[in-house]
Amino acid sequence: MNDKTSGAMGDKKVKRRDFINSTMRLTAAVALGGLAGMTVSKSNSGQYVWQIDPFECTQCGRCATECVLTESAVKCVHAYDLCGYCDLCGGYFKPGVKNLETGAEYQLCPTAAIERKFIEEPYFEYIIKEDLCIGCAKCVAGCTSFGNGSLHLQIRHDICVNCNECAIARSCPSDAIMRVQADEPYLIKGNFSPEEPAKWKNKS
Amino acid sequence: MTNKQQNRPYLNRIVLFLLFLMLGISSFAQTQRFPKPEFETGYTQPSPTTPEPQVFGIEYLDVLVLVLALSLASWLAIKKRSRKGIMWLSVFSLLYFGFYRLGCVCSIGAIQNVALTLADPAYAISIPIILFFVLPLLFTLFFGRTFCASVCPLGVLQDLVIVKPISIKPWLQKALGLIPYIYLGLAVLLAATGSDFIICRYDPFVGFFRMGASFTMIFLGIVFVLMGLFVARPYCRFLCPYGVLLGWMSRFSKSHLKITPTECIQCKLCEHSCPFDVIDEPTEELKHEEKIKNRKRFTIFALLIPLWMFLGGLALSGLHGFLAKAHPDVYLAELLIKKPGLKNDTENLDVQTFLASGKTMEQLVHEASVIKAEYYTGSWILGVFLGLVIGVMLMNQFVVRKRTDYEPNKTGCFSCGRCIDYCPVKK
Repeated sequence: MNDKTSGAMGDKKVKRRDFINSTMRLTAAVALGGLAGMTVSKSNSGQYVWQIDPFECTQCGRCATECVLTESAVKCVHAYDLCGYCDLCGGYFKPGVKNLETGAEYQLCPTAAIERKFIEEPYFEYIIKEDLCIGCAKCVAGCTSFGNGSLHLQIRHDICVNCNECAIARSCPSDAIMRVQADEPYLIKGNFSPEEPAKWKNKS
Repeated sequence: MTNKQQNRPYLNRIVLFLLFLMLGISSFAQTQRFPKPEFETGYTQPSPTTPEPQVFGIEYLDVLVLVLALSLASWLAIKKRSRKGIMWLSVFSLLYFGFYRLGCVCSIGAIQNVALTLADPAYAISIPIILFFVLPLLFTLFFGRTFCASVCPLGVLQDLVIVKPISIKPWLQKALGLIPYIYLGLAVLLAATGSDFIICRYDPFVGFFRMGASFTMIFLGIVFVLMGLFVARPYCRFLCPYGVLLGWMSRFSKSHLKITPTECIQCKLCEHSCPFDVIDEPTEELKHEEKIKNRKRFTIFALLIPLWMFLGGLALSGLHGFLAKAHPDVYLAELLIKKPGLKNDTENLDVQTFLASGKTMEQLVHEASVIKAEYYTGSWILGVFLGLVIGVMLMNQFVVRKRTDYEPNKTGCFSCGRCIDYCPVKK
């Protein structure tokens, strides 16, 4: 075999390889485009963030421990609109307390994150100190069982890092955590009632 | 008959009205046990604060930064040929995508969002996530895996800690290289069935970016970084599921980083410069008999591929019951069937929540069986896919590409540019 023919054969091979390469590239591009098109047709230009549906929440306490952050992004929120301003607050006092004193041993909250303030006889205001709240939902359980349910958990978006998949949502036993539109990032009680048709269908 | 039917709506309406009234009263009583007081001292009621999400609007900025970083990375790798530039860009990406944007959403994890979008009609993906998934693949199709080189925060974190890379035997590399395919398949299966996002859950480095994670994940991250001192980019090479897709794209990329800018002088200086062992050496001319032998083996292995695919599907579909346990509903249903006594366990939150939800056992079992059926189909597809991957890998052993120069392996090369500095040929 002389040099000339081998060179020509080499060229042929290279050409064939180039042809295969460009065909495959085109195929890959088309596949990628198709995939993108299919997803775009189902997309939403808005952003999603995670939020707790307070009506689904069963106060299991996992919000305090399952968040990927050491300080859970879940905090108790007080919907004052619903509050009865009770002296004997089911969310503040441990069940069965005799004297309504503010000592730590009488409080449900393990970190004393609820401030009880006298307003006028016989009403008291309860304020959540968010820097102390750990999202354990003990007060929420108390308020929901004995009171109006004005205390409830919400994901605080100044803390939440908006993981692709929320670690709390994964372990929430009642599937109470869902994606909501970022322009309406809270589901605070009092704004809406459970009878209202679900606006947030993007639950997962 | 017709009269009765005509009369019914009235009756229905009355009953409904009564029911509605009763429901209304009872629900009011439930939510408002203690009516809101009327204050006399001029107390003004505070309203709950609602801090805005941090992410609001920044996603599109992320996409812009991604495009700029990808363009710059490709330019640095192919035109400018600057290892230094690539390194500085990777430092920027580590700081921006990693420590500033906390490594989420990343392109690797976006695989799962795309899979879930295609599988679940109720799930809507957001456009920036699609772009995060598609753009690196598109750039790779044209310029090679420059995304890995200096944009992906996970990749650059590992790239920057390489101290003394050891060479791994080719057969071991091939075998370990199968793990990403398995990981990709599992991740897609679990995401599509709505069970779990395992890529995000077991991301070993995101804990560093967030400066906090569970003990096991931080431990795993440290193990990967320590391993990465000697085994260069362990996650990228032997785990990353997105790397599989990038490899496919890069293999057929239009242009790719080159070791020599012009003509290779066969000096062999670059031979050991690659910490990832992805520089292909020049091949020796095979003997005629060997060529024929190879061709024969190639044909046999090509014909065997359907068998691998079938066996893979069969094997994985046999495992579908085990895989389906990744879905919490299936797990709970099987747990309660196996141990009905758990219903009395007040400590088990999942069981108690299920019992309190008012769902019957039949409903739960039905839901679980639907998910299991999805898993059956899914694990067949996964098995066929893995069989195909293994079959093609076995077949490719007998493909001998003629190479006269030292060239980067386009599938595996991360375009980090280390080899460039070893080449004495300058423009």
